[in-house]
Amino acid sequence: MTIPPIDGTVTATAASGETAKRRHIVVRLLQDPVAICCIFVLLLLTAASVLAPFLTDQDPIKSSLAETLAPMSQQHPLGADGVGRDVVARLLYGGQTSLAAACVAVLVAFAVGVPAGLFGGYYRGRADAILAWASNFIMAVPAIIILLVVMAAVSQSTYVAMAVLGLIVSPSVYRLVRASVVSVREELFVDAAKVSGLSDARIMRRHILPVVQAPSIIQAAQIFGVSIGIQAGIAFLGLGSPTEASWGAMLNDAFANIYSAPLLLLWPALIICMTTASLALLANSLRDSLSGSRRRPTRHSDRVRDGAPSSEGSAAGDFAEVADDVLLAVDNLKVDYPVDGGRRTVVDGVSLTVRRGQVLGLVGESGSGKSQTAFSLLGLLPPEARVSAGRLLFDGAEMKGLGRSAMNRLRGKRIAYVPQEPMSNLDPSFTIGSQLAEPVRQHMKVSAKEAKALLLGLLERVGINDPARVYSSYPHQISGGMAQRVLIAGAISCDPDLLIADEPTTALDVTVQAEILDLIRSLQAERNMGVILVTHDFGVVADICDRVAVMHTGKIVETASVKELFSAPQDAYTRMLLSSTLEDATPRSPLKSMPKLPKRAQTA
Amino acid sequence: MIASVEVPAESHNGSDGPLLSIENVTVQYPSKKWRSPDFLALKGVSLDIRAGETVGLVGESGSGKTTLGRAVLGLAPVTTGLIRYDGQVISAMNRNQRRSLSDEIQVVFQDPYTSLNPALTVLDILTEPLLTAGTRRAEAEQRVKDLLEQVHLPRDASNRLPREFSGGQRQRIAIARALCRDPRLIVCDEPVSALDLSNQSRVLDLFIEIQERTGVSYLFVTHDLSVVRYISHRVAVMYKGEIIETGDAAKVTTQPKEAYTQKLLLAAPVPDPARQASRRAARQKFSAKLHVAGPFENPAS
Repeated sequence: MTIPPIDGTVTATAASGETAKRRHIVVRLLQDPVAICCIFVLLLLTAASVLAPFLTDQDPIKSSLAETLAPMSQQHPLGADGVGRDVVARLLYGGQTSLAAACVAVLVAFAVGVPAGLFGGYYRGRADAILAWASNFIMAVPAIIILLVVMAAVSQSTYVAMAVLGLIVSPSVYRLVRASVVSVREELFVDAAKVSGLSDARIMRRHILPVVQAPSIIQAAQIFGVSIGIQAGIAFLGLGSPTEASWGAMLNDAFANIYSAPLLLLWPALIICMTTASLALLANSLRDSLSGSRRRPTRHSDRVRDGAPSSEGSAAGDFAEVADDVLLAVDNLKVDYPVDGGRRTVVDGVSLTVRRGQVLGLVGESGSGKSQTAFSLLGLLPPEARVSAGRLLFDGAEMKGLGRSAMNRLRGKRIAYVPQEPMSNLDPSFTIGSQLAEPVRQHMKVSAKEAKALLLGLLERVGINDPARVYSSYPHQISGGMAQRVLIAGAISCDPDLLIADEPTTALDVTVQAEILDLIRSLQAERNMGVILVTHDFGVVADICDRVAVMHTGKIVETASVKELFSAPQDAYTRMLLSSTLEDATPRSPLKSMPKLPKRAQTA
Repeated sequence: MIASVEVPAESHNGSDGPLLSIENVTVQYPSKKWRSPDFLALKGVSLDIRAGETVGLVGESGSGKTTLGRAVLGLAPVTTGLIRYDGQVISAMNRNQRRSLSDEIQVVFQDPYTSLNPALTVLDILTEPLLTAGTRRAEAEQRVKDLLEQVHLPRDASNRLPREFSGGQRQRIAIARALCRDPRLIVCDEPVSALDLSNQSRVLDLFIEIQERTGVSYLFVTHDLSVVRYISHRVAVMYKGEIIETGDAAKVTTQPKEAYTQKLLLAAPVPDPARQASRRAARQKFSAKLHVAGPFENPAS
């Protein structure tokens, strides 16, 4: 047996790399100094409020006229307020009211918003429409007026007010939950759960709620902060119950005495600011740790670095006399990316040549580095990629070390690109014509009118029946096959010498694929272009390529003419790949009356 | 080996009836735009699947092949027509009645990346259908070990998350989930399209191996004629919401009768430069001929 156990080798590497990501969100949060500070402040405040009776023996409510505006002393560490109540006691007991009432607001908001969001998002239809209407209605109502009315007419309790506030902000929770549910309910794993016979309640608990969890925690922190602020505002207006100590009521009292004891304003203001700021910063840290690292990737220059020439003499020999018809000569190309504590090489010493009028196939499985090779030639790699080459000759000139503007002059004009997903490579908000015309005008220095005339001709050339209509259409108005024709027309519009096509037919139906390959073949012959075609499909290779390079784990394992590769593959990996193709497999014969197996006979 | 043949059959539906029978099924989606006509995804499709049989459903994008699979699973609404499973009409069932079918009909989806919940471990994914059915946890965990072995995954796979596996391995996990409750029919919706070539043939071999051992039937939806030829006993070709040709795999995928199937076959490239050149020539000749005869408006006629 020569078939290497591909499945097995992949896991080993994947598993070790993934453990880092598996770290719990809490662990990641605790690595953020801001988050640690915020959590510390909030815990301290909570503990101080809860332990208020043990921390002070002063009564926060009972007034004592003898101690009106008493200065700081042994008995009153921060003095006493306008009616002689101890400031420290009021801060501590006020914390109890403020924090507990904020909890009420959060709980009500979630008790209303989460079920409504789950229900509306999962079942959609009429119920969803009614819920959406109700949520819009609540959001349209001015919150502070409702709160004032409730406190004036119903109850002066801060808890009641915060319950009402919870109701008023519940649409924000509803919207958040509903949006998460709508995005996850279309996932295939939810369909699979339905087919597995799970009840709706269980699907929601197991598959949908966990997705909602993370954004909800952030939302809760925000609502908590908002409700502390609103409480203070209401109490400051003098609407709170006189029997409840609260930070807002302290502000109110301090404001009345602002000329005689300005310092009284400082303490409640400080504590309110600390609480709301900690909550807001904590929410931010949570969001960051959920979305992963905040670090910006280290940017490498766009230039291809100097690398060692390949050690093998044969490749060097190939270069010794670069023949006139060699369009592209690459020697010892390397691409690597930063990973935890090192760099991972995805293209490892690739050398290849493309002659004028030649189609080179770059074949391999996913992860073989074939697309990375093509992208590095186009300069399309992400900024953290590091590219080096021993030699990178395009039409006899060294491309290594060319800056961005010099590369841009080559790219588009002399080196063109056809992508895998035609639709996602067209901007949906512009007409096809305007997208095609822009590079033509830039590279060819022609007027808009001339560009249009040229492009209409090309669209006709690539087999579009009604070029004028397509030219003024938007991408969503044409089919995938048509979009690929449009992109090919765009790619050849500046008369390139080299066309790099990355799986140009993989996303297309097989009948369309055949037509697109015919088109590429005829254009290539007509213009004597060099083509690099990246593909995983040996049928496509056999159809269009002259030479083939087979890639495996970043290296080229075999390069041969298409005839040799299929008739006498040299490398074991190539042979394994070729033997995996199903095209020549014998069809399965019709079912001979299969013995009917009873359902569970085989499970014993 | 399992001496399955000696166990007497206990199928509910007599001797010769098909396991699944799709009778003149139409699926219609209301149009999103006001007053424009509704979209007919399926236009009166009929198809039978016998016990132990693989029926390949092949067609291009938009042909309705996936919709037919989803209709069988109860995930697409059947507007008219009937789907019978083991003699029982299942096309008009509601969600709750449908849940009783979960140990009869199962599914393997195309994309092994989105069909497994990324937050659950393999053990959780695989025990879930069993626990729902009332199996005890210890028993379910033992069953998962057996299943992992059946799909040739290492036993220690159960404590890992889906993202730690390659595409081919994920698809094996999805297959194990489908096998959990010993279904008699599995709807496979493009289960190998997202896989690399070498994994593709291995996963197909696994499907065949499981079928030969358990006698499960497959409705195998794919766009790839070579896949369908390899795995199917019978093949149905879909075009614009209709089945235009059915027959034995060897016949339909090598000498098709219908012009559209011929076009599909000629468009699929062969991994052999010389033969591909002649197939290409044949295709170009064929489409030139069709061009004269008119476009594919009604290939069924």
